[in-house]
Amino acid sequence: MAEADERTVGETATKPGFLGLSDVSISEDIPVEGEITVPMASHSQDEDYSTLDEPVKETIIRDLKAVGKKFVHVMYPKKSNALLRDWDLWGPLVLCVSLALMLQGGSADSKEDGGPQFAEVFVIIWFGAVVITLNSKLLGGTISFFQSLCVLGYCVLPLTVAMLVCRLVLLAGMGPINFLIRLIVVIAMFVWSTLASTAFLADSQPPNRKALAVYPIFLFYFVISWMILTFTPH
Amino acid sequence: MLCVWGALVTSTEFEAAADLLAETPGATTISSLEEPQGHVSLAVDTGDQEDGDLEENDQTQLLGGEKQPPNFWTFSYHQSFFDVDTHQVLERIKNSLLPVPSQNFVRHCLRHHPDLYGPFWICATLAFALAVSSNLATVLQNWKEASFSYSPQFHKVTVAGITIYCYAWLVPTALWGFLQWRKGVGECVGCYTFLEIVCVYGYSLFIYIPTVVLWLIPISGLQWFLGVLAVSLSGAVLLLTFWPLVRSDTRVVSAVLLTVMVALHALLAIGCKFYFFQSLPSRSIPVTQAPLHQVTPPGSSKTSAAS
Repeated sequence: MAEADERTVGETATKPGFLGLSDVSISEDIPVEGEITVPMASHSQDEDYSTLDEPVKETIIRDLKAVGKKFVHVMYPKKSNALLRDWDLWGPLVLCVSLALMLQGGSADSKEDGGPQFAEVFVIIWFGAVVITLNSKLLGGTISFFQSLCVLGYCVLPLTVAMLVCRLVLLAGMGPINFLIRLIVVIAMFVWSTLASTAFLADSQPPNRKALAVYPIFLFYFVISWMILTFTPH
Repeated sequence: MLCVWGALVTSTEFEAAADLLAETPGATTISSLEEPQGHVSLAVDTGDQEDGDLEENDQTQLLGGEKQPPNFWTFSYHQSFFDVDTHQVLERIKNSLLPVPSQNFVRHCLRHHPDLYGPFWICATLAFALAVSSNLATVLQNWKEASFSYSPQFHKVTVAGITIYCYAWLVPTALWGFLQWRKGVGECVGCYTFLEIVCVYGYSLFIYIPTVVLWLIPISGLQWFLGVLAVSLSGAVLLLTFWPLVRSDTRVVSAVLLTVMVALHALLAIGCKFYFFQSLPSRSIPVTQAPLHQVTPPGSSKTSAAS
């Protein structure tokens, strides 16, 4: 034992102490025994499988609540990860379909002079979102494909609200004051959409390319705002 | 300010360095050929702003030179075309607006590092700017007339998009093919890569964006002046870029090529002006009311019963 002590003393003299543990030694006399238990992981698996047995109403309400929670996050954009972590595409689909339906029925002198048709709005929103996502990934962004689609789709919500307001305002007839109200509402919602999506997406870009990634988002919402502003009913 | 940097360059990079030296005549160079493998070390006085860029590019070229080029089907192959920073894109846009005779856009700005970000988004912006301005111009011309009914004319977005993207991709393809043929025949010195030509054409379209927006002002003389200014500025950039290549060719071929390039560029501007900003004849009075009389067919019994 004395030799061991001398050895350890000698070692501590030459080696620097690592967290003060270099002079710890386990004597061979003391047995080490015990039990190691791993908590069973099947508990959470049981929970996942059990959602198959729940009534359909519960599933739908849970999904609706998730979508609603994300709507709230978009309307009050703070830096939170909720949109990114649990992405889903239900919200963007609902928003896109309702926006395309509301943009239908625009006036047209000739068949080709009218506003965008349902398919055109749909294609512009989804194709535009895919192109922007590809662009941000090619620039070196760290966000995943569907997360980015989810954010861009959910941030169309302010513009859908603007479309609703425009349609209501247009019920009162056309006129310059009418147009001015619509212009202000659409501009405000456009700025809100762009700021909301930038708040969620800008952090995932490399710092010297943020402007390159944000500009296409600006262009995307500008085009949608333009379609909303130029909507004229029959 | 004096900035001195030394870099070890491989012999394949010597050509790029030589080009750089040719364009900065005020630089002092120290070349030492002591290394046995033919490495050359250069110390060049350059401006402040070029420092980081040059160093980055040389380092990436050195590092990338050892790796195999990635496969076309991998994501990183396409990622290499978007490897630009914000300040690089802004610098390229600025250089496409102002033709400087001593600076070749491809050699000075791109430096074997073409990107697809600029051409793609400049074309997209130009297409939407054309459609929006065209719509606004129609409104501004006709809003005072009582029977004018606004229509969004959304089909113009499609037309504008197809036109711009065709110009920005087909003309560089044709030009590249032509230059390759001349190089093969032996008349041309060298050729830019296909992507460099696409890049030059894409950035040269940038000047049309403010031009199209300013064409909203309904003064005809001003519109023509702006158009001529835009075509001459971007045409000059294109000419200065391609002149070193065709300089060694026969006079006829080089003259024809450069004329065709500028003519196509001008044709795009004139075509856009005439299609999107046509001053419409006032189609106010008869159109909305005349069909009401023509709709009722002469021998119909239903309408006579209804009236």
